[in-house]
Amino acid sequence: MGLLSKKDAKLITDPLADNNPITIQVLGICSALAITAELKASIVMAIAVLFVLAMGNVVISLMRNIIPSKIRIIVQLVVVAALVIVVDLVLKAYAYDLSKTLSVFVGLIITNCIIMGRFEAFALANGPWQSFLDGIGNAAGYGIILIIVGFFRELLGSGTLLGYKVLGDPIEKTGVYAFGYENNGFMLLAPMALIVLGIIIWVQRSRNEALIED
Amino acid sequence: MEKRTDKNSYTILFAIGMVFVVGAMLAFAASSLKGKIEENKRIEKQQNILYAIGVNENEEGSVQFIAKNKVADVFSKQIKKQIIIQGNNVTEDANAYLIDIKKEQTNAKAGKARKLPLFIGEKEGKAIYVAPIRGKGLWDAIWGYVAMDKNMVVQGVYFDHKGETPGLGANIKQRFFMDDFTGEHLMKNQIFKGITVAKGNADPKNIDKTDNEVDAIAGATITGDGVTAMIKSELKLYVPYFKNLKTN
Repeated sequence: MGLLSKKDAKLITDPLADNNPITIQVLGICSALAITAELKASIVMAIAVLFVLAMGNVVISLMRNIIPSKIRIIVQLVVVAALVIVVDLVLKAYAYDLSKTLSVFVGLIITNCIIMGRFEAFALANGPWQSFLDGIGNAAGYGIILIIVGFFRELLGSGTLLGYKVLGDPIEKTGVYAFGYENNGFMLLAPMALIVLGIIIWVQRSRNEALIED
Repeated sequence: MEKRTDKNSYTILFAIGMVFVVGAMLAFAASSLKGKIEENKRIEKQQNILYAIGVNENEEGSVQFIAKNKVADVFSKQIKKQIIIQGNNVTEDANAYLIDIKKEQTNAKAGKARKLPLFIGEKEGKAIYVAPIRGKGLWDAIWGYVAMDKNMVVQGVYFDHKGETPGLGANIKQRFFMDDFTGEHLMKNQIFKGITVAKGNADPKNIDKTDNEVDAIAGATITGDGVTAMIKSELKLYVPYFKNLKTN
């Protein structure tokens, strides 16, 4: 990679697998449960978090030397909240349809522990460029898991992907439904997101010895 | 030595400064974008009302509103008359569709007279009446528009929500749910009964249009109950108007 130094590249690639914020650090679980019933919602949330985390990391990093340590958590919270409100307003004005699809998720971004976690653990101690890369990496790691979970939940729960009926029509009994296949309504409920997540963690740990604990 | 940023005076000044800067920034963003946001909301209302009377660009299975640049034109052509019902008074008002239903509901709770907007259009030579409704879902507000003929038989609906669960309650704005309402009767033997979103419906393919029931969405019980309740409580208010319409 000519563009990024080895250390910088690691900031992006590490959170994708070996230090994934969801499966390894177990952060951001709440939103991973809430919104992964549909693939589209997962993708939209992943993009929204990517933007907020990258921008927020840069802002916090630029302010790192002037933030009073006693109220740093409050400052971080204000930065996330302000960013999210601005994003929400801009979307409402210029991309109204998109903002309707996002609806609750925009607010949910504020509560995402990954964002506060990265501000606190990384942006406060590193320069803007590294912080930006770290934000992109962590948000992407979060997004990948969200999309995997969303893919399985929508496919097995509703028999659709992005709203398209890929498995046939359950009422008209076409496609796989003709052979007696049924949608598993359980997949749409939050507990199944945890189980899917558990399976992902299991697969990841069994393939990577560095992650196995005694 | 104590760092400069650890001092109490610095901390307080920083906090005050931050509040001013962030507050000013957000206020500026909100006020400069306000006009555009209001315009988007107005267009959306027109699109929703037109959707309810069946003027849309639907393709197989998807919900497609009429295009934004055409909507003002089509709206003024399709909606012949907009009225506000207040008790026995009926007044015409070309901006009745802008009435805030939420505000009217709070007014009614406070004992004040409520304005009931009704939009009158025409379809295949028949007059068609669209009423806005609003209620509570599982997480937040749900609302919609119901188009009826003069016998209070539903001609089309549009539902929307603020934050129902994706994949479950959020599906009230999907075709498979909304299309079921078309043709359903709101009255039973001259008495207003509404339409119930029913679990364990005996008629899942919705062939019986006079049973005052449509099939519920699995996993979205509370949102479905919210739709039932909002249809019942809101459209009930229009019953006297429709009764009058018949006797005249």
